[in-house]
Amino acid sequence: MSKVYVAGVGLTKIDEHWWMSLEYLMTEASLKALDDAGISRVDSIYVGSMLSPILQEQGHLGALLAEELGLSGIPAIGVEAASASGAAAVYTGAREIESGRANAVLVVGVDKMSDGMAEEVTAAMMSGERQEYVGFIGATFYSINALIYSLYMDRYNVGQEKIALFPVLCHEHAVNVPHAQYPFKIKLETVLNSPYISEPLRRFETTAIADGAAALVLVNEETAKKLDTPKTELIIEASTDYLTPFQREDPLWFPAIQLATSKALSRAKLERQDIKILELYDATSIMAIVSLESSGFAERGKAWQLLERGELGLSGALPCNTFGGLKARGHPAGATPVYQIAELHLQLTHRAGKNQVDSAKNGLAQSLGGVASTAFATILREV
Amino acid sequence: MVRINSAVIVGYGGYVPRYRIKSEEIARIWGRDKSELPVEEKAVAGLDEDTVTMAVEAAKIAIKRAGIPPSKIGAVHVGTESKPYAVKPSGTIVAEAIGAVPSVTAADFEFACKAGTEALQFITSLVDAGRIEYGLAIGADTAQGRPGDALEFTAACGAAAFIIGRDKNEGVAEIEAWTSYVTDTPDFWRREYERYPHHTARFTGDPAYFHHIVNSVKNLLENDGYTLNDIDYAVFHQPNVRFPLVAAKLLGIDLEKTKPGLITGYIGNTYAASSLLGLVKVLDQAKPGQRILLASFGSGAGSDSYIIRVLEGIEVKRSLAPTLDKFIERKTYIDYAIYARHRKKILM
Repeated sequence: MSKVYVAGVGLTKIDEHWWMSLEYLMTEASLKALDDAGISRVDSIYVGSMLSPILQEQGHLGALLAEELGLSGIPAIGVEAASASGAAAVYTGAREIESGRANAVLVVGVDKMSDGMAEEVTAAMMSGERQEYVGFIGATFYSINALIYSLYMDRYNVGQEKIALFPVLCHEHAVNVPHAQYPFKIKLETVLNSPYISEPLRRFETTAIADGAAALVLVNEETAKKLDTPKTELIIEASTDYLTPFQREDPLWFPAIQLATSKALSRAKLERQDIKILELYDATSIMAIVSLESSGFAERGKAWQLLERGELGLSGALPCNTFGGLKARGHPAGATPVYQIAELHLQLTHRAGKNQVDSAKNGLAQSLGGVASTAFATILREV
Repeated sequence: MVRINSAVIVGYGGYVPRYRIKSEEIARIWGRDKSELPVEEKAVAGLDEDTVTMAVEAAKIAIKRAGIPPSKIGAVHVGTESKPYAVKPSGTIVAEAIGAVPSVTAADFEFACKAGTEALQFITSLVDAGRIEYGLAIGADTAQGRPGDALEFTAACGAAAFIIGRDKNEGVAEIEAWTSYVTDTPDFWRREYERYPHHTARFTGDPAYFHHIVNSVKNLLENDGYTLNDIDYAVFHQPNVRFPLVAAKLLGIDLEKTKPGLITGYIGNTYAASSLLGLVKVLDQAKPGQRILLASFGSGAGSDSYIIRVLEGIEVKRSLAPTLDKFIERKTYIDYAIYARHRKKILM
């Protein structure tokens, strides 16, 4: 099995890009990644997007991107796994290289949420849940998170002010990030005084409408040796679970994260303490907390203590969301996982600017579809 | 840019209906968070009021200040997006009511919230070209907001009227320059037979309101050789309290020049009357020789901006009729139920 290397990354700034189309965003990210890798052709393309068939009524993103890049002719395929779509594209591209069928693959994640009204986007985000009997009753992604949040605070007797520190941390990390949607600090009081989205979940514990595209060039070992560009080794594993968290044995435990993380660590022959940068999927503050516990980086009911002790800061024991995470870097749905992996790559190739975490040799990104109904764990390793 | 030779405001008037509903009351009904309301309260027309009656009220005040016989008014243009009749001009009713018929041209303008400044452009041009001696431009609206929608907090009622003539000696202010900046930007619309408009949330900000106003003002300043130092007051379209202040900041205009004409917090967004009522408020306090920058915004989208210089006549004419503050301070609070009745929101 061939090893997989990230040889180039391309990111667009996350914003409400009124002047750019979905095609423009994914093409720009792709060209940046190809430039970064120093190549002009790839063997295949995988595009991950969650919302484009709904908000833009645009499917068929593989052939569309190939056309935009002047690469029509090569295989190019869209991949979907709710908000983990970008990771699903990385997974598919990586598997193609591991199988020996490709030397170089372009992987892109894209979503442009600002083309929809807030209520349309909220409804579209529920496409990752069971429509038949969860979407049907009017539940939203945030109302499901709110139930998990309430249960967590009740079971572990933890106040909201402990969990609401997570968005504060993310904003602190986004300050020096050029591609971040919200590169400014916020205070805990700001989070706690923001309006409820769905009680107890507050606005500043969620993400906003965002547009963005991120791209990676993945190559095999032979190609990697020829390229004069900083590289990292990529290991990605995946797992799935029931779509509805309340059908699971325990809604406060995400087995898919636990499984995917353990598989990736085992394949990389690493222990949890070898991971020195962690990218969590903080679509809400509570998801970050439960993810930390489910993946074994914190004891159950105690993840908030890592926050309180400052261990997740840039100079902490386990720097987390070093470019701002979903909350502050931004969360353009299916594109987000590719941002996470690209950011790990920037860290491990010492191109993270003021947020550089020098001690790290390995980083882990967790990318989730729905409330951890799909989980990808991607390890990047310094080479 | 072709210069305006001779167009002066000889009379002006603002009208705001008596009734007010507090944003808190609307928030109470819809269970909305009370910590971030866009305005304090908004003006609501009475049961027997509509765009035309309010336009007439404002026109009568303008005529009083102008001191001219209404029969000399050669054009009545009403800018509005809430015409009582879909087919039949509001302008004819206003012209008849003030005694300007029959030797008059009358028409309505529609360009969302900039219809009023658009009417003013055409009246200014007719006067400047010598086609009419006096003309009446009005911006008036009984703005619609879908119950429970964000717009409902601000969509308000009001009217502003301006009589334009040629003689500087009888003027209160001279219109020195205007320009427009228009693109096809669908940020807000109401299709035929629909009761309430649609809007695109934050899209109404950056690519719509701010882009058009900033470019309209920049073009005006550059083309006509003005600098920000020439401006003593800046009046922008006022959909809420924040937007005009942000627009001023983007343009580098001192907020203290913007606040004197900022009234939306007390009366809401009066749509086609909004920026023009801001102008009325500034004319109520400005001194001769001062310059006013006026920039409207209409969804769809466009911005008209004007440079207006205050003349000596202001001092006398201002006192000939009630100032806008009289109308703003005259208020009767109503609850949501009465409001729903006034604004015909209860359909059987």
